Amino acid sequence: MVKKKQNRESEPVAEDFRVIGKNHGKVGAMDRLTGVAKYTDDLSLPRMLHAKILRSPHAHARILNIDTSAAEALDGVFGVVVGSEMPTRYGVIPWTPDEQALAADKARYVGDAVAAVAARDEETANAALKLIDVEYEVLEPLCSPQAALASPLKIHENNKKGNISKHVKLEFGEVDNNLKKADLIIEGHYEFHGTNHAAIEPHCALAYYDNKDLLTIWSSTQVPHYLHRELAKVLVLETRQIRVIQPPLGGAFGAKSEPFDLEFVAAKLSMKTGLPVKCLYTREEVFFAHRGRHPFSMDYRMGFDQNGHILAVDAQTILDGGAYSSFGLVTTYYSGQLLCSPYTFDTFRFESTRVYTNKPTCGPKRGHGSVQPRFAIEVQLDKAAHALGLDPIELRRRNFLGENTRTVNGFVVGSNGFPECLDKIEEASRWRERYDKLPYGRGLGVAGSTYISGTNYCVYPSDLPQAGVQICLDRSGRARIFAGCSDIGQGSDTVLAVIAAENLGLEVNDIRVVSADTDLTPVDLGAYSSRITLMMGHACLMAAENLGKKVREAVAQHWECSAKQVILAGRRAQRLDDPEMFIPIQEAFVLAEAIYGTLGTVGYYDTPKEGVHGEYRGAPIGASPAYSFTAHVVEVDVDAETGDVEVIQIWAAHDCGRALAPILVEGQIEGSVYMGAAEALMENHELMPSGLNPGGRRKHGPGLEGVLAHTSLLDYPIPTTLDTPDIASIIVEKPDPRGPYGAKEAGEGPLHPVIPAIANAIYDAIGVRIDELPITPEKIVAAVQAREEENMKGVRHASASAL
Amino acid sequence: MKIDFTLNGEQREIDVTPMSRLLDVLRCDFELTGSKEGCGEGECGACTVFVDGKAVNSCLIPVAQMQGREVRTVESLASNEMLSDVQQALIKFGGTQCGICTPGIAMMASAALEAEPNASRARMRELMAGNLCRCTGYQLIIDAVISAAEARRRHG
Repeated sequence: MVKKKQNRESEPVAEDFRVIGKNHGKVGAMDRLTGVAKYTDDLSLPRMLHAKILRSPHAHARILNIDTSAAEALDGVFGVVVGSEMPTRYGVIPWTPDEQALAADKARYVGDAVAAVAARDEETANAALKLIDVEYEVLEPLCSPQAALASPLKIHENNKKGNISKHVKLEFGEVDNNLKKADLIIEGHYEFHGTNHAAIEPHCALAYYDNKDLLTIWSSTQVPHYLHRELAKVLVLETRQIRVIQPPLGGAFGAKSEPFDLEFVAAKLSMKTGLPVKCLYTREEVFFAHRGRHPFSMDYRMGFDQNGHILAVDAQTILDGGAYSSFGLVTTYYSGQLLCSPYTFDTFRFESTRVYTNKPTCGPKRGHGSVQPRFAIEVQLDKAAHALGLDPIELRRRNFLGENTRTVNGFVVGSNGFPECLDKIEEASRWRERYDKLPYGRGLGVAGSTYISGTNYCVYPSDLPQAGVQICLDRSGRARIFAGCSDIGQGSDTVLAVIAAENLGLEVNDIRVVSADTDLTPVDLGAYSSRITLMMGHACLMAAENLGKKVREAVAQHWECSAKQVILAGRRAQRLDDPEMFIPIQEAFVLAEAIYGTLGTVGYYDTPKEGVHGEYRGAPIGASPAYSFTAHVVEVDVDAETGDVEVIQIWAAHDCGRALAPILVEGQIEGSVYMGAAEALMENHELMPSGLNPGGRRKHGPGLEGVLAHTSLLDYPIPTTLDTPDIASIIVEKPDPRGPYGAKEAGEGPLHPVIPAIANAIYDAIGVRIDELPITPEKIVAAVQAREEENMKGVRHASASAL
Repeated sequence: MKIDFTLNGEQREIDVTPMSRLLDVLRCDFELTGSKEGCGEGECGACTVFVDGKAVNSCLIPVAQMQGREVRTVESLASNEMLSDVQQALIKFGGTQCGICTPGIAMMASAALEAEPNASRARMRELMAGNLCRCTGYQLIIDAVISAAEARRRHG
């Protein structure tokens, strides 16, 4: 295949690629469709035991004593473990190690793990749990940030500042001055509630310590490398004694991005019994483990000039952290740091306080820490547009950050397709003809966003590459990629195969990807912060280019021409100037192996560190090699009488730099949009109202506080096909010089705008603002009634004046 | 209790506790792990199998009820190593991401196409409403099933 001549100035276009940008089956899809793929719970080993975990019925209680003797004596029980056997405190962020595998001194939420049993089956393990006698001293439950901030009682005794888990205050430019200068001030209070990831696969781990110095753990984790490190720390083993394998994973969305009690428990019980031990969460335990969206309470004040330019943003946020830190240090920074594009501000200040509460721990759900502030700012912009009489899309265009620039907080932004995203959704939704013109009850709303393509820094200090791959070619004309990254359904294995196939003249089917096995694959940091396409993409490109060069040189020697005259494409090596001259790719690989020996190479990637962010405390947190951009329009139908909201359609345009595998990008956009829409309208990870007993299921602490309102997917409903509107996904490609082939992220950015766009569409439909999520029929009815009462007062007032 | 039934075309006999869930018997006793458990209460549909040709949630069915019945699981959906049209369409259209719901989706879509080959898009959304997918937003799943239906109509 002869490459088309192209202008060197311009970016390569889709036709220049053979594999990239085309649609291929997803790597591993066949195994999924036939039921062959073995997820963690599908694995079993001879003589395998089953572990169950005893959990605290109290939201806040000191553990005075644990008596496990009766459980140990039960027939079929092989081992019991309690917290004092694994006392080391850990945490995915090394600066905030405040968790124990099993709580040894104190239970900090209803569901906190206190002991575990391994038995011949789950029934026996559950029976044994009932025989464990835990003596608690019940403490005051602190189930809201307000309660936790007001109480002298500390949830973590060693914490320096009461119940404050993290506090960040940063100011860029003189915010107060600009607020004084502003022609328009928009102030608002916003509430974002908690939501769970609700991956269909509950967490599961299978561990086997073979008594020969090797602990193998199969886990439904999205961060094998971080799990590896923490297991070593808590189990007091060397990392070389541990092998972490991530089998096919049944959904994650951030839910599985740190170590959990079940992995430590399975491992420790295997070490104690010498037998393999599996631990599978129930759905209720998934809700306990949580790490879902933090509830945010936000006060926003923004100043605009009369043309709609943003002069100042002032944001005050309280984050409800739950019982432990998780990624909370990062979440607290992200709550402000990720707000500074796609719009440009002259000045910006944020103060965010994460508070420990006696609730399941919040963490990094898809769009970590930035979905909540994005809701606030995009609704603020809508309010400003109305106040200024400007079209909300036009207001966003006027505040466009630009390309190849810096944000007010110092992040370096490369390509930026936000204006194109706005153009596309404006056209697709017929915005100009319909916005503000639809009949009462119908409305359109718009919002935009940005997201990171990985973070510049590892969670622990390190000068090592963030991503690494190894590629081997074999004599049959195939390639094998060994990659540390976690395919969690997003398709990272496919992305690597596409890049390798493009460079090695292969088809995607010719490539086997072995991923996420700490014994077999080079380190990658994991599937979080939308980092894999960019980082592993670069690593894979480096390795594949090196190998491709060797193959071309070998063929060139054979043909006695220059390596530049040889191209690899379509399972062939071909002469560039003579398309009739070619050999099958396996012959080319054999020629190369004869010259260079066994064909293998490595590739790796580390982020740029110099000049990509400001110089202040916390400046690197949220800095990324490249940023994606997104804009959505949502159309809703609202029944003002009943408060019912039907989302009719969502148009989502997303700038992913370059779509290496467009069908996967489309899947990421649609999955994000679906998940965000459900957060706006349906889902709520919340506690029982105090005093209610959920069906007498368990014993409770005083006041029955801290009990989750839902234990299953029946009472935490997630959208079905009927709750999900048609989604029109539009891919915008603005290649970024920092991405492999220009690629940026696609898996998290498109979740952000849908939530504020729904809120803004409801305003367009019926003229009321719901600033507290989730948007429920009750809130809409109340808002409509309040407006009518307000109008009546106005009428009465007017009549009174007339008299 | 001994139970005789047909499993993926073969006559099988098993001695189990009668109230064992069909899902557990399939996964543990027959090592057919293609049927998944997402919720254990009939909400997610990841455990969908056919009993006498009808799609059911195997997590809700005591195995005792299977006496003399015909059970098919996702492992039987492809014949002679050829994927069914529904399976092929789900791959082609990107209707699978993490894949944990996929066996159930493939089973339910196959049943839906058998029952209502001319279902509209809206009707297909109704027929598929018992199967939760947390990855795709359903768009590409519905696209795939509709395309398989159209292909069947074209090819008679």
